[in-house]
Amino acid sequence: MAKSKKKTADYVIVGNSVAAIAAVEAIRETDCDGSIIMVTKEGEMIYSRPMISYYLAGKVKLKNMRYREAGFYKQHNIQLLAEKKVVKVEPKKNTVKLGDGSLIGYGRLLITTGGEPVNPPIKGAAVKGVFNFTTLQDAESISRFIKANDVKSAVILGAGLIGLKAAEALLARKIKITIVELADRILATTFDKKASQIIDKALSKQGCRLELSDSIKQVISGKGKVTGVELLSGKKLAAELVVIAIGVRPNIEIVKGSGIKVKRGIVVDNAMQTNISNIYAAGDVAEAAGFFGGRKMVLAIWPDAYRQGRIAGAAMAGVKTRYQGGIVMNSVEIASVPTISVGVTVLDGSEDNVEVLEKSDLKNSIYRKIVLKDDCLEGVILVGKIDRAGIYTGLIKDRVKTTSFKELLLNEDFGIISLPKDYRKHMVSDVPMMM
Amino acid sequence: MKRIYISEEYCIGCRLCEIHCLVAHTKSKKILKAFKDEIPKDATAAVLVEEEGHLSFALQCRHCSDAPCIEACMTGAMYRDKKTGAVLHDEDKCVGCWMCIMVCPFGVTAADPATHKITSKCDLCAGQDSPACVANCPNEALVYEDRENES
Ligand SMILES: Cc1cc2nc3c(=O)[nH]c(=O)nc-3n(C[C@H](O)[C@H](O)[C@H](O)COP(=O)(O)OP(=O)(O)OC[C@H]3O[C@@H](n4cnc5c(N)ncnc54)[C@H](O)[C@@H]3O)c2cc1C
Ligand code: SF4
Repeated sequence: MAKSKKKTADYVIVGNSVAAIAAVEAIRETDCDGSIIMVTKEGEMIYSRPMISYYLAGKVKLKNMRYREAGFYKQHNIQLLAEKKVVKVEPKKNTVKLGDGSLIGYGRLLITTGGEPVNPPIKGAAVKGVFNFTTLQDAESISRFIKANDVKSAVILGAGLIGLKAAEALLARKIKITIVELADRILATTFDKKASQIIDKALSKQGCRLELSDSIKQVISGKGKVTGVELLSGKKLAAELVVIAIGVRPNIEIVKGSGIKVKRGIVVDNAMQTNISNIYAAGDVAEAAGFFGGRKMVLAIWPDAYRQGRIAGAAMAGVKTRYQGGIVMNSVEIASVPTISVGVTVLDGSEDNVEVLEKSDLKNSIYRKIVLKDDCLEGVILVGKIDRAGIYTGLIKDRVKTTSFKELLLNEDFGIISLPKDYRKHMVSDVPMMM
Repeated sequence: MKRIYISEEYCIGCRLCEIHCLVAHTKSKKILKAFKDEIPKDATAAVLVEEEGHLSFALQCRHCSDAPCIEACMTGAMYRDKKTGAVLHDEDKCVGCWMCIMVCPFGVTAADPATHKITSKCDLCAGQDSPACVANCPNEALVYEDRENES
C-alpha cells in the first residue's frame, strides 16, 4: 500500500447528496471555521437523485438537476474529494480509508452513503441492456443505450417508487413498457388495493402492461444483449431493455467489522449519533426511530434524509435538536394521476381502535382515505386530487385529536378553517415552527 | 423576522387581499391594467381566503422557521432568502413533484395545471415595506410585525 500524506478535518462527511448537504449547511450555521472534508464516489455535481427520472424522460436538462449551485463547496468552505470511494471506517484510529489506500483523519464523522440497489440473482442478467436506476450515471447509461439500440420496448422489474419513476420516464420516451411485480399490486407498501387499481387503469390507458404476482425467471439474450425475459409464470416478453428496481438497501459496506452498530442500516439515536460518540449517520443508510414508535427503521425518502442530515450536522457542531421519528410519505404522479400517501396507509385488519374514512369517485380517478387511531390521524392516501394534502400531514405530526371535526375530514374543501379554533389560532397567530 | 399575522375576528371576507396580491405580482402593478391585460382569468393569488358562514380569514405562506417545504423540495426550488428569512420559490427550478403540497401544514402551496409547477407562492412582496395583502386590508385583519422577540 502506498503511503501518502494523511489529510485530516474537524468534520468528515461521506457522501454529497441530500443528507450530506443538509448536514454541512447546519454545521455552517453554528461553526464557520471548523474544517470540512466531503468525500463522494460520484462526481462533484450536487444533483437531486429523484430527478434522474425527469432527466431520463427528457423533462429537465443536466444543469437543472443541480440541487445546489456549483459554488456551494467554496461558499461553505468545504474541501471536496470527488470520485473517491471510502472503503473502510476505522473508529479506533479516527480515520477513513479510501480506495487508493490514502487515509483521512476526522474529529467527527458523518456517514451518508445512502442506499444501493438490490439485485436478486436472475439467470442470464449479466448482459448488455440490464440496468439499475438509482444514479445519474444509470440514467445517462440507459439514455445512451436507448439511442444506440433504438429501444422500442422495456421490462421493469418492481412497481415500487423507483420502478414507477423509471416507468414514467420510459413512457415519456415513447417506449412500450411492461412492469413486473411480485406483489399483487403496485406501490404495495404504501397503497391499498383501491388506490393501486386507479393507477393500474391509468397506466394501461397509456399502453403500459402490468404483470402482477410474477417475477423475472431469466433474462433472454442474443449476442450479449437483452432480447426479452421469461417470467416465473412461464410468460415470455420481448424487450431490448430491462430495469431492475425491486428496492434499495442501506449501503453499509464501509462500516462492516468496524464496531459501529448495524442492523439493517446504521443504528442511530435521536441526534443521529451511532454507538460511537463521534460518528453519526443520516439518510437512506441510517436506521432511526419511527414516528409511531415500535422498532427503529430505515426510511429511504428524501424529506427524511434532509431532516436527519440537518439534525446530524447540528449535533456534530454542538447544537442538539431531537429527531421526532420518521413518517413514510410519498408524492408520486403516475400516468398523469397525482397521488400522495402519508403515514400508516396499509392495514391488515388486526389493528386496534383504528377507523378508516373513505370516499371515492373511481370514474374520475379520485380516491381519498384517512386512517385514524383513537381519533388521531395516522395515515392518508389521496389519489387524483391532492390539494392541501399537507394539512393532513400536519395533523399527523401534531397528533391532533380529530374527534370534534372528524366528519369534515373527507370534505373536498377541508381546510384550516375546519380545525378547532384553539388549534387554528395557534397555527396562524404564533411564530410558525412546524416539524 | 417580520411575518404576516391573522386576526380572524376582524376579517370580513372582502377578498381585497386576493385582488391586491394578484396586482402586486404583475409588471404594471396597476389594478385596471393588471386585470385587463396581465392576470389570467383563473389565476390564484398567493393569499387564500377561507370562508365558512360568518368565519373567514386570509391565509398565506407562514414562512416557517423550520420549513417542511424546504426539506421536502427535491429540486432546491424552495429556499430561504438569507437576508430576509422569507421562504421563496424559484419557478425555474420547480418540476412539479408536489412534495411541498404533501408537507405544508397550512396547505398554501398550489399547483398550476397549465405550467405543472407550484404557482403564486407568497414572497412577502419582496422589497415592499408591507405586503400588498396587509397594506390593503381595510379592517386590519392582517398585520405585519415581528413577534419573535417577545415572549
Ligand atoms: C429514481 C429515484 C426516484 C426517487 N424519488 C423519490 C421521491 O419522489 N420522493 C422521495 O422522497 N424520495 C425519492 N427517492 C429517494 C431519495 O432519492 C433518497 O431518499 C435520497 O436521495 C437519500 O439521500 P441520502 O443523502 O441519504 O443518500 P443518497 O442520495 O443515496 O447519496 C449517497 C451518497 O453517498 C455517496 N457514497 C456512497 N457510498 C460511498 C462510498 N463508499 N464512498 C464515498 N461516497 C459514497 C454517493 O456518491 C452519494 O453522494 C428516489 C430515489 C430514486 C433512485
Ligand atoms: S409553504 Fe407552507 S411549509 Fe413552506 S414556509 Fe410556507 S407555510 Fe411553511
